[in-house]
Amino acid sequence: MYHNIEEKDIRALRGIAPGRVLAGEEIGEDYGHDELGGISRMPDVLVKVLTTEEVSAVMAYAYAHDIPVTVRGAGTGLVGGCIAVEGGILLETTAMNKILELDEDNLTLTVQPGVLLMDLAAYVEERDYFYPPDPGEKTATIGGNISTNAGGMRAVKYGVTRDYVRGLTVVLPDGEIVKLGGKVVKNSSGYALKDLMIGSEGTLGVITEAILKLLPLPALSVSLLAPFETMEKAIEAVPAIIRSRAVPTAIEYLSRETILYAEEYLGKQFPDKSSDAYLLLTVDGGSLAAVDGETESLAELCLSLGAKDVYIVDTEERRSSVWTARGAFLEAIKASTTEMDECDVVVPRSHVAEFIRYTKQVAAEVGLRLPGFGHAGDGNLHIYLCRDELDREEFEARLARAFDLLYGRAAELGGQVSGEHGIGWAKKGYLARQNGGRLIGLMSGIKAVFDPKGLLNPGKVCR
Amino acid sequence: MKILACVKQVPGTSRVEIDPVTGVLKRDGVSSKLNPYDLYSLETGFQLAEKYGGEVYTLTMGPGQAKTAVRETLAMGASGGTVISDRRFAGADVLATSYTLAQGVRSAGEFDLILCGKQTTDGDTAQVGPELAEHLGIPHVTNVLEVRLAGEEGAGGNRSRLWVRALRDGLIVEQLVAMPCLLCMEDGVNTPRLPSFRRQKMITEDQIGVMTLDDMEDRDERSYGLSGSPTQVVRMFPPQKRDGKEVWDGPEEESAERIFDLLRERKMI
Repeated sequence: MYHNIEEKDIRALRGIAPGRVLAGEEIGEDYGHDELGGISRMPDVLVKVLTTEEVSAVMAYAYAHDIPVTVRGAGTGLVGGCIAVEGGILLETTAMNKILELDEDNLTLTVQPGVLLMDLAAYVEERDYFYPPDPGEKTATIGGNISTNAGGMRAVKYGVTRDYVRGLTVVLPDGEIVKLGGKVVKNSSGYALKDLMIGSEGTLGVITEAILKLLPLPALSVSLLAPFETMEKAIEAVPAIIRSRAVPTAIEYLSRETILYAEEYLGKQFPDKSSDAYLLLTVDGGSLAAVDGETESLAELCLSLGAKDVYIVDTEERRSSVWTARGAFLEAIKASTTEMDECDVVVPRSHVAEFIRYTKQVAAEVGLRLPGFGHAGDGNLHIYLCRDELDREEFEARLARAFDLLYGRAAELGGQVSGEHGIGWAKKGYLARQNGGRLIGLMSGIKAVFDPKGLLNPGKVCR
Repeated sequence: MKILACVKQVPGTSRVEIDPVTGVLKRDGVSSKLNPYDLYSLETGFQLAEKYGGEVYTLTMGPGQAKTAVRETLAMGASGGTVISDRRFAGADVLATSYTLAQGVRSAGEFDLILCGKQTTDGDTAQVGPELAEHLGIPHVTNVLEVRLAGEEGAGGNRSRLWVRALRDGLIVEQLVAMPCLLCMEDGVNTPRLPSFRRQKMITEDQIGVMTLDDMEDRDERSYGLSGSPTQVVRMFPPQKRDGKEVWDGPEEESAERIFDLLRERKMI
């Protein structure tokens, strides 16, 4: 089994990363949990790495001595993916935060894994380039985004993180450094190991460098906020919008309840709260005429689908008044309750309305408050299961029941357990249940090929 | 209550270029928007009109395309708007601008309350509002945080006066102001409503008036534009960026001491 860390191991690690190794009591308690995962465990040693070579040396040492290693970025995950559940070494990448190269001939950006999403976006946008993936958590690291294949709010038009990773430098569990993919646009060279690494939640290798694909920055983007009488009416408009062949970057749904939480959390008023439900759509494009044309036809469409009005969100100030609230929903709901868990389920877009209806039914049936919001346009919903005043035992019982019902129904509709937050530790059981023995067997087999000793991020995803 | 909100169209982004030869803002090809500070005064106007009854009209001065700014205020809730536009008004400094606006207000009718933003994002002088009030001979208050009718809280119960809370030199001042008056709203005092697509579709051309020199009481060309402007801009240039960065890597206490000394030396503390 795993080797327990001793003084000599700490000394050896200090030799690899001098001044950046903390042990035992020196490690801050935040390193024992993420933002939601429902599990906490302190690592024995924390190593703040700076280079690929350091990561390689740490991994080689850990491999030789059977020490488990868990990689951690900014710790903003929601499923316990970065928790060292078996103790051992926690490898923190946030100091590897350099943007290494902007290659304007290949339209790529090469970065270290600890670059924060918000810094990356600002860097490229200042230079008129665009990195489309836009998860709500802007203080997450790009390494974390790649590890969970994060999606975000522009997936309807632009896709998810996996669509924007061209190449990766990865340190394998035994310390060997490999390069997967590259600056190439096409690649039919054998198994897609780069794509396998993306979304593997730090269980197959440690990402130490990434080559990202960029697009030219769209000249303009305009959002539309469409109020509807009921959530039902709002959600039912979504399939019609998709069928209309308009390609908004995002179609988000917002409920008044969630907006009020965000107002309270931010201490800022939302520009409109006259309605129970809203759709928030964004259109972007290269010219004013193109964007104007598309927003106008979308606005007309929303009206014809029963929207009470359509508000135009066309300037920086207006965008910030609306999107700041949208970006704060998770934290705002968290602040509204004593404790919560989440369901990041994804269903085919045609079933979003049905699934949201079902959520309400589950809330009533199980007796749990289930506020939610999400990406109506791509079928990825974020449903929060709030403990409120329930005692722990009762909450856990209701939680289990609600999860069973929600994931069960999602599976029936052709959905998946996680749209973008990953499986980590918290959703392992549901992944196993939905994918049966064979698929989990394949995943475990892949894990064994990369990491025969099972040292890297143990206890996650499929193991 | 009949309310007039003065608005201005400004460049849509902060990335504007200045023509190195003429020193004038390059507006061609740059998208434009309503001055963000004006959104707070507009919203104040809408809320007052909703609360006490009445209507909000808007007034702007600028080239022909400034009509777009007025249309936007109509989509937000204004009942009508006017664009003051004439080649002879071009090149106006703050004094000539406020004089032109005052002439426009006189021609546009009587108002109980005139609302202005704190300043604009392109001119940044914060002078036009107060100067407009002076030209009109009415009282004004700047940096206003909150407004309501004076009768409401029972103190000084005269409904022809407004109760106003404003920032002044680090103090908060509450005062009564007789109407008609002019208020410059502080930024961030409310969340401005968004333009409505439904309202936008219903806008008719007769809701937007255009005024030229010929519509003014004072038709003397010399009062306006460049010739009415005592200010001459000698040169305009973007501020120089200071990229110099110094890194202190010493022990915490030593660095703290150095920061303290530096701040004191620069008279920042």
